[in-house]
Amino acid sequence: MNVFCGIDLGSTTTKAVLLDERGDILGRGITNSRSNYFLAAEIAREEAFIGARFTLIDRELSRLSEGEKQSVGFRKRLLTQFRKQQILSQLHSLRDKSLEEAESDRYQEIRKVLHQKLSHIFVTMEEGIRRPRLNAGKKSDFFRDQASSEYSRLAESVAEESIPFELLMSIFDKVIILVENQRMDLTFEGNIRTALSACIDGDNAGLADSYEQAVARAAAIPLTEVRAIGTGYGRQRLPFPKDMIRSEILCHGLGANISFPGTATVLDIGGQDTKAIQVDARGIVTSFQMNDRCAAGCGRYLGYIADEMNLGVHELGPMAMTSTRHVKINSTCTVFAGAELRDRLTMGQRREDILAGLHRAIILRAMALLARSGGVSNEFTFTGGVANNQAAVAALRKLVAENYGERKLNISPDSIYTGALGAAHFALRAESESREEGASRVESAFGGSP
Amino acid sequence: MRPEELVEFADGLYHDTEFSAPRAWRERNNGRKAIGYLPIYAPRELIDAAGMLPVGLLGGRGLIEIIRGDAYYQSYICQIPRSTVELALSGRYDFMDGFLFPSTCDVIRNLSGVWKVLFPNKYAHYLDVPQNFEKAIGGQYYERELRHLRKDLEGLAGRTISDDDLRASIARYNQNRQAISELFELRNAAPWRALATESYLILYAGCLLPVEEHTQLVRDYVAAVKQADRPMRDNARVLLTGAFCEQPPLGLIRTLEMAGCYIVWDDMSIGRRWLEQDVGLTGDPIEALSDAFLQHSITTAVKYEPTIDRTIPLRRLVEGARAEGVVFAAPSFCDPALLEQPMLTQALDRAGVPWTAFKYSENLGQFQVIREQAGTFADSIKLWSES
Amino acid sequence: MSHDTIKDQSMFKQKEMIAGHFSKLATAKETGRKVVYTFVPGNLTELLLSFDLLPVYPEINALQSGMRKKSGAYVTEAEKYGHSEDVCAYVKSDIGMLKSGNIGPTGEKLPPPDLLLLSYTGCFTFMKWFELLKREYDCPVVMLHVPYQGDGTMTPDMRKYVVDQIKGELIPKLEQLSGKAYDEDRLKECLRRSARAEDDLVWVLESARHRPSPIDGYFGGVYYIGPIFTAFRGTEDAIDYYRLLRAEVADRITKGLGPITPEGQMGPEKYRLVVEGPPNWTHFNEFWKMFYDEGAVVVASTYTRVGGVYDLGFRHDPERPLETLADYCGGCYTNRNLPSRIDLLCKYVTEYQADGLLINSIKSCNSFSAGQLMMMREVEKRTGKPAGFVETDLVDPRYFSAANIKNRLESYLQMIEQKRKGGTISQSPASEGVRRLEVLP
Repeated sequence: MNVFCGIDLGSTTTKAVLLDERGDILGRGITNSRSNYFLAAEIAREEAFIGARFTLIDRELSRLSEGEKQSVGFRKRLLTQFRKQQILSQLHSLRDKSLEEAESDRYQEIRKVLHQKLSHIFVTMEEGIRRPRLNAGKKSDFFRDQASSEYSRLAESVAEESIPFELLMSIFDKVIILVENQRMDLTFEGNIRTALSACIDGDNAGLADSYEQAVARAAAIPLTEVRAIGTGYGRQRLPFPKDMIRSEILCHGLGANISFPGTATVLDIGGQDTKAIQVDARGIVTSFQMNDRCAAGCGRYLGYIADEMNLGVHELGPMAMTSTRHVKINSTCTVFAGAELRDRLTMGQRREDILAGLHRAIILRAMALLARSGGVSNEFTFTGGVANNQAAVAALRKLVAENYGERKLNISPDSIYTGALGAAHFALRAESESREEGASRVESAFGGSP
Repeated sequence: MRPEELVEFADGLYHDTEFSAPRAWRERNNGRKAIGYLPIYAPRELIDAAGMLPVGLLGGRGLIEIIRGDAYYQSYICQIPRSTVELALSGRYDFMDGFLFPSTCDVIRNLSGVWKVLFPNKYAHYLDVPQNFEKAIGGQYYERELRHLRKDLEGLAGRTISDDDLRASIARYNQNRQAISELFELRNAAPWRALATESYLILYAGCLLPVEEHTQLVRDYVAAVKQADRPMRDNARVLLTGAFCEQPPLGLIRTLEMAGCYIVWDDMSIGRRWLEQDVGLTGDPIEALSDAFLQHSITTAVKYEPTIDRTIPLRRLVEGARAEGVVFAAPSFCDPALLEQPMLTQALDRAGVPWTAFKYSENLGQFQVIREQAGTFADSIKLWSES
Repeated sequence: MSHDTIKDQSMFKQKEMIAGHFSKLATAKETGRKVVYTFVPGNLTELLLSFDLLPVYPEINALQSGMRKKSGAYVTEAEKYGHSEDVCAYVKSDIGMLKSGNIGPTGEKLPPPDLLLLSYTGCFTFMKWFELLKREYDCPVVMLHVPYQGDGTMTPDMRKYVVDQIKGELIPKLEQLSGKAYDEDRLKECLRRSARAEDDLVWVLESARHRPSPIDGYFGGVYYIGPIFTAFRGTEDAIDYYRLLRAEVADRITKGLGPITPEGQMGPEKYRLVVEGPPNWTHFNEFWKMFYDEGAVVVASTYTRVGGVYDLGFRHDPERPLETLADYCGGCYTNRNLPSRIDLLCKYVTEYQADGLLINSIKSCNSFSAGQLMMMREVEKRTGKPAGFVETDLVDPRYFSAANIKNRLESYLQMIEQKRKGGTISQSPASEGVRRLEVLP
């Protein structure tokens, strides 16, 4: 099966999307960005391939005549076990490297106790992964974040005078980078067998053979990456050959248009920049404006506000929605965010009202950028982390209606993949163009199937 | 009348972003037009002499939300052009038939070009005042410019502007200048009476009212506060300079007063006090306006000063106003105010006059930092100066 | 890179001219030559030369400081002296250079001015600049107020005003300074020479109409405008320089060559752009590279008209010496109103067959920048070609973010590329055919 890959190296996360020849999404992958761009791209790509494999498993399972309901449950458990395997692999690496670090000379005095404490931490962490646990509202799906919060919680509990919390954390901070930047077998083949056997039990033993065969068939389908396009921007060069890079603005515009085919205007408020993009019927950008020099009004700004208020970023929107009074905030400067917030609180303004004012201010900045790029046409697609914020969406709806009239507003919870989706479609289109030219199939930079 | 009533009236005008007062004037005066002028200085006498109402445009002053205006200006340009464009695009300026853009700085200058493109059906004229002050050279040039403007205004008004009309108008504006002068003398002599925020509102009304009405308002206010029983405070006497184009929000002026400053002089309404003496009423009125400009213009950052050290007027002001310090308040990104500032502050340093400086924008929402800064400044003056 | 005998002669010539000028400046005190500081827009070089005065252009000093990576420190120095981060970086670089010993680009101390000729043309900040310098140098200043073309033309009244100032204020001061009488014949001779050089300059600028363009009209262009905008207009040297340059460019056209870049002959021309706005000086080569690496040539720019617009027919006219100086000053790009600037940009986009307009918006420079967003929309509307927008600064290195600029520029170029493939634009460039795109079934 021919697949086409798009990879988007963002400032916070790196995403990958795999398409089949028809342009349907086979798999998606996401990981936190890191200083080794190549590795981040690789990991996201592999995650996408894993996703593709699971999609193929779905297709195989759906062909099984009996136990349809059970097969859905099986597929879920398989994925859960698979993820567990991946996490365990990383956890073991983290543990091994931490214990290795504890052997170094500087910890000579406390070596024995340190080793004990670290072992205890990791044993507890591994138990927590193996045993099903009530979900403690984790902040993120990435290993680094999960491990960090769990490790630090445990470190706090075991810390003592000779082995303070800071020392334990310093070991973690050092080692996590090593873990993240090493190639590990997080791939499908590496972990599917273990995951599979963990899923077969008394309940579905009768279907065990069918399931195993379905999985084997899905695993056997060759996935040939015909072409890949990378996008994103950063200080260093992207880890792709020049002719396989497309600007992230173009990828974003196309991705939005693919997700919502009527899209004519796209607004993306990311972590550090805001983009206003106009696209034609084919999803090609006709005009754009960016605000990338200053993070005012971007996702990061909301992060600062959340920190100042001791809230999670996801709590800001709902709180803002309960506002009853109009508070006018004029500046969304991140440098002064904290000071301005404290100021207003001492002046007696309510958090809800201040937040509502902040959301409106953010959207006002976005409106200016949209106006500069050529306005808001129908349909209007809103992407980026801030698009998940209901207060931001409400403010946007209102301002668009007031200034441009009726516009269909499109928002997708998966909008984080928009850039990678567009890149994948550029890969598809590039292939079709080169076929038109009669060129022979080109080996992708990553070559062959995973 | 009590001063509070007059101030309330002026406050109403200040906060009205729909320009009801000049609109009502137009309705009362069938067919007569209104001409807007941007900061800083425009020869309003010519507009008035044509039977038209000059309307001072000072941007949004933080009272309106900027939605479309921001699309026309990058973030490193001051606020006033974007709020001005916003006001125009939202229809609030539609009662005016013409706009004058004086040679204040490159932003205002280029705004005249933005206007010509966005509003091609409105008269938009860039008025270059002379930077040469020789009568035979700059004076001649300015007279020619004024005569062109006169013709244009006649065309807009649909009538001629006779020399008598112009002299009569000049006389009215001389009265206005005198009244404002008296107000500033009172602020100097008894700043606890003519408070800065109140005075600001009274002066701002001059942007929207016909000149005779404004003159009356100023005179009434001066008379009223002279009668009023107002307590004297131990506040520091300061000059406020730099806010001559994009205006600070009212809250900022209040903040300075609450922080312990008597603002005994400011240049916020300098456009209306550009000519420091009366314009002559004999002979050719165009020549009189030009002569007044050449000989009696106030020293300010946007005007070339060939004859004297340009820091001297500020030092003279400090002495004349018995000011104890100077507050420099400049809009962010304002080249004229910010480039002038180091020259002035260095001169004040040499003269041993304390000063403090900060930036603002017309839509500044909270004044905590300025309150602290101004408070510290006022305190230090009171503690360390020899009274 | 091959070394033709024809090629590079103009470059050597220019280097010689500049070196000569700076050595004259270095020995000014000894030789008794008086030094006049003035500005590039509205520079009256011919008049100064007719009095044997030596011109110095603080703007050029600032941009040179930028290119030599010294301006960052100068700007910081000026800010220590109380200058705001919001104001023009040229001024701050100049003040900072002054405070740091006034060492010029050749490493020699620059002579202080005997006169500041405040040619108030196209930029308000010039006024404050020389007011500041006056306080530093305590020397005489003469103001030449060139009125702004608010209504799009230089009127007879405006011309008269400038001529009156030249006659009534400027010439007497120059006579006093130089100890010489005003020599109109000598001025006319200079003007005659200017006009000849201007013919060749315009030819060179217009050579970019060819496909491929033999020159880069922006990055390359700043080198070409040097002599005509500064101390050499009106000299035989300038005539020679432009004659040599013209021959070199003609040669490139015959050979079908594109421009030379710092890294050698540029690759195939893929994109033709018109650029509005001054260049960034601190990262000049880095910025240029972003263009030629993508095969983008700038075929016309407005910055190369900031010291005089010669491609609309104007030439210095020796028959009306003072009037022609006035017309020259009034016609400098930043002294023209926005509608005229838009007209000029549209003319360039069309006549030079550009793929679009790119605006390099400069943080420090209100004269260029205020209103550019409106101009961008208008040019797009009128030409049907897309516009791109990047933001940098003149000489403050803190405002050059390579990753952001590259992202925007590449996005813009890819946008043009995609449009060509789709064939949706009205004029497709000759080199690309129209393609229909099909997604696989």
